[in-house]
Amino acid sequence: MSGGEFEPRIVVFACNWCSYAGIDLAGTSRIKYPHNVRIVKVMCSGRVHPEMVLKALEEGADGVLITGCHPGDCHYISGNYKAMRRYLLLKKLLGELGLSDRVRLEWVSASEGERWARVSSDFVEHIRKLGPLRLKEVMEGE
Amino acid sequence: MSDVRIGVYVCHCGKNIGGVINPAKVAEHAGKLPNVVISRDYVYMCSSPGQLLIEEDIKKYNLNRVIVAACSPRMHEPTFQGVLKRAGLNPWLLQMVNVREHDTWVHENVPEKAEEKAKDLVAAAVARAAHLYEINTVRAPVVKSAVVIGGGIAGIRASLDLANAGIKVYLIEKKQSIGGKMAQLDKTFPTLDCSQCILTPLMVDVSRHPNIEIYAYSEVVDVSGSAGDFKVKVRLKPTYVDWSKCTGCGACVEKCPGRAPKEFDEGLGVRKAIYFEFPQAVPRRPVIDTEHCLWFTKGICKVCEKVCPVGAIDYKQVERYVELNVGAIVVAIGYELYDLSKLSEYGYGKFKNVISGLQLERLSSADGPTRGKILRPSDGKEPKTVGIVLCAGSRDENHVKYCCRFGCAAAIKHVYYIKHALPDAKVLVFYTDVRAFGKGYEEFYQKFRSEENVFFIRGRPAEIFEGRDGSLIFDVYDSNTNQLINVRADLVVLEGAVVPPKDWEPLRRILKVSCDPGGFALELHPKLRPFETTSDGIFLAGAIQGPKDIPDTVAHAAAAAASAIGFLAKGYVESVPYLAVVNEDLCSGCSLCVPICPYGAISVSEKEGKRVAKVDVIKCKGCGACAATCPSGAMQQNYFTDKQVLSEVVVLAGGAK
Repeated sequence: MSGGEFEPRIVVFACNWCSYAGIDLAGTSRIKYPHNVRIVKVMCSGRVHPEMVLKALEEGADGVLITGCHPGDCHYISGNYKAMRRYLLLKKLLGELGLSDRVRLEWVSASEGERWARVSSDFVEHIRKLGPLRLKEVMEGE
Repeated sequence: MSDVRIGVYVCHCGKNIGGVINPAKVAEHAGKLPNVVISRDYVYMCSSPGQLLIEEDIKKYNLNRVIVAACSPRMHEPTFQGVLKRAGLNPWLLQMVNVREHDTWVHENVPEKAEEKAKDLVAAAVARAAHLYEINTVRAPVVKSAVVIGGGIAGIRASLDLANAGIKVYLIEKKQSIGGKMAQLDKTFPTLDCSQCILTPLMVDVSRHPNIEIYAYSEVVDVSGSAGDFKVKVRLKPTYVDWSKCTGCGACVEKCPGRAPKEFDEGLGVRKAIYFEFPQAVPRRPVIDTEHCLWFTKGICKVCEKVCPVGAIDYKQVERYVELNVGAIVVAIGYELYDLSKLSEYGYGKFKNVISGLQLERLSSADGPTRGKILRPSDGKEPKTVGIVLCAGSRDENHVKYCCRFGCAAAIKHVYYIKHALPDAKVLVFYTDVRAFGKGYEEFYQKFRSEENVFFIRGRPAEIFEGRDGSLIFDVYDSNTNQLINVRADLVVLEGAVVPPKDWEPLRRILKVSCDPGGFALELHPKLRPFETTSDGIFLAGAIQGPKDIPDTVAHAAAAAASAIGFLAKGYVESVPYLAVVNEDLCSGCSLCVPICPYGAISVSEKEGKRVAKVDVIKCKGCGACAATCPSGAMQQNYFTDKQVLSEVVVLAGGAK
C-alpha cells in the first residue's frame, strides 16, 4: 500500500469460459482498469466455495468479486445459478458480520472487456469508499 | 513428490511485457520464494530457444514444477505443457501466470504498480505450484461423422470437403433448399460471373454425394454429449408434402391458386402457397405455406392433392425429430441483413423505391420478379437516376459499429448492373470510404468509378423525402468538395449492414459458444484459430464468425472443414483434466454432490462397508460445482483443489511476501 490514498486489495474469481476471457479481451483491447484487482481462475463460478471468499477477506483482501457467465450462458449448464444461490446465502452470513458490502457477484461475458473494466472500476471505488478491512490485524489482535 | 523444485520463467514478450515492467526484477523476486530452484527471464519464452531453455533447465535442475509468467493461459498453456511433456514431466505440473493480458496491457500507465502486481501473481503461482500433482487423462474414441448447420456456400463447401475426406456429413438447413444468400445473387464481384452458375453445380454435388445426407426444412433443437460424441437433436418441420414420394414435378405449384410474397425475391415477387424456394432448389421439393394455403386457412381447395401424380400431399403431416450421433459440429449459419426500416431517415419499407442491395440483386436476376430488368417497384418504369448508399447502418454508433466487409464491392457491382441494363442512367454512389481490399477489388473499383455518368460522392444522404411521382428527394453534404448537393433519384439502393441471424442466439446457447460484441460467434483466437470455438469439436465456417464476402467465406469454410477433419482423424479425444475426484477416506456418503452435478456423473454406492461417492470420468466435464458443495472436502477438482486455489488466494489477498 503506497502512502496517501488507500489502495484496496481485491481478489477476483473469474470463470474460465466467460469472465476470464472477457478480462483477457480487456487486455487485448488495451482497456484500462484499476491495478488493484488480482484474478484467480476457476473453471466455473459454481466452483467458488464460500471458504475461498472468506479466506480472501481473512487474509487481507478488502473486497472479493466473483464473476461468471450471464444467466443462460454457463458453459456447464447451470454453474452460475449455483454461484448465485451460494452468493445470496453468503451475503446473509457476511451481513451478520457487517461485511456483506465487501463481496459482489457480477456477470461478465467473453465479449465484455468494457463491461469488465466498468465492473472492476466500480467495485474498486466502492471498496475505496468503505476503507480498509484489516480483518487479519483485528483477528490477530484478538 | 515431497521435494518441490520450481522453475520460474518470466517472458518479456518483446515490449508487450518487457516494455512496461522489468521481467528480470520479477524473476529475481521469484528466486527468493520458497521451493524456487531457478528463475529466469527471456525475451520470447514461447520461441524455440525459450522453450529449449525451460526444457534444459528441467533436466539440469531436476525441476518438478514449472511456472511461466507470460501471456494468457488461453494462448500458450498448451505450448508450455508441450515443453514439460518433452522433458518427461506431466503437463499439469505447469502453472501459467497471466502478466500480459491481465497486467502490462492494462496497467501500462502505472508501471510500478504493474510490476508489483506481476510479483504478486508470480508469488501466488509459486504457492499454488507446491500443491500441483500429476493428472492423467483417459482417451475416448470419436464418432467419425459431422453435422454441418447451415446450407449456404459456407456449409456447402464445408460439407463437400468433409465428405470427400470420407466423413459422413449431415447437412441441416432451415429453409427447404440449400444455397443460402449466394443463390439470391445475380453476379459475384469482382469477376462478375453468374452466381447461380458457380453455386448450383456445388448444390447438386452435395445432393448426390454418398457421404452427405441433407436435412432441409429442419433445425437443431438440442445438443448433448461432448466433443467426439455429440448427440444432435434435429426437428424436421412439417412440409405437408411427403418428400420421399414427391418427384419434384411441380404440378401442384402450377395449379395452386394461393398467392404470397416471395421470400426468395425479398418480397418483390409473388409465389404460390405451395412452392419451391427457387427453380434450382436442392432438394427440389415443395412446401405448403399454411398461412396462405386455402385448405389450411379456409378448408377449401385441395387442388395440390388432386393433381399430385404420386399422392405425396399430406395435410396431416406433423413435425418429426431425429437424433444424430456425430463427432464434430460445423456452424455455418451465415448472416442476416440489418433491418433497414430502423434507419428511419431513409424511408425503407415506407417508400417503394428505396430498396436493399439484395432486392436489386433479385431485380437484376434473370429468374427474378422482373426477369432481369431493373425497374422501379412503384410503377415498373426504368429509373434514370439511381442513388446507391453505402454503409447503410454500418460503421454507425446508432446501428452497427463494424464494417460489413462486402458493401463497397457489392455497390461497385451494382453500378455495373445499372449501367449494363440502362446505359444512359446516371448513378450516384454515396460512400463513407471505399474499401476495395480484396484480390482484384481495387481494379474493379477503378474500372467502374471512371464510367460515364457514374459519380462517387463522399457523404451520407440526409433525410429522404418521396415526391408525388415516387421519386426520392434528399440532400447530401459532399465532404470532398464542401458542397451541399440536392438529389432527385428514381431509385435508391441501400447497401445494408450485416448482423448475425436471429436463430443464432438460441443456437449458440445450445452449443455453448460465446459471441463477440457484434453478436457473432467468438473464435478461439482471432488470428491463429479463427475457425474453432472454445468448445472442443465445434467449428465455425463463414460469416457467423463475422461478416465475410464469398471468397473469404469459402476459404474460412474450407479451413473449418480441414480443422474438423484433423480433429476427427486423430481418432480420440482426451477426457478433461479438471475432473472431480473423491477422497474415499473423507467421504461420508452424504450425497449432496449428486444432484449438484449437471451431467449426472456422480453416484453414491456401497464400497467396503461404507457409502462413498463415485465419479463417472466420461460424464464429468470438470466444472467443480460438486467440490464447492462437499462439506467435508472429500470431493476435489483436479488442478483446482481447495488447497491449490486457497494457497493462491492467501498470497493474493495478503500481497507480495
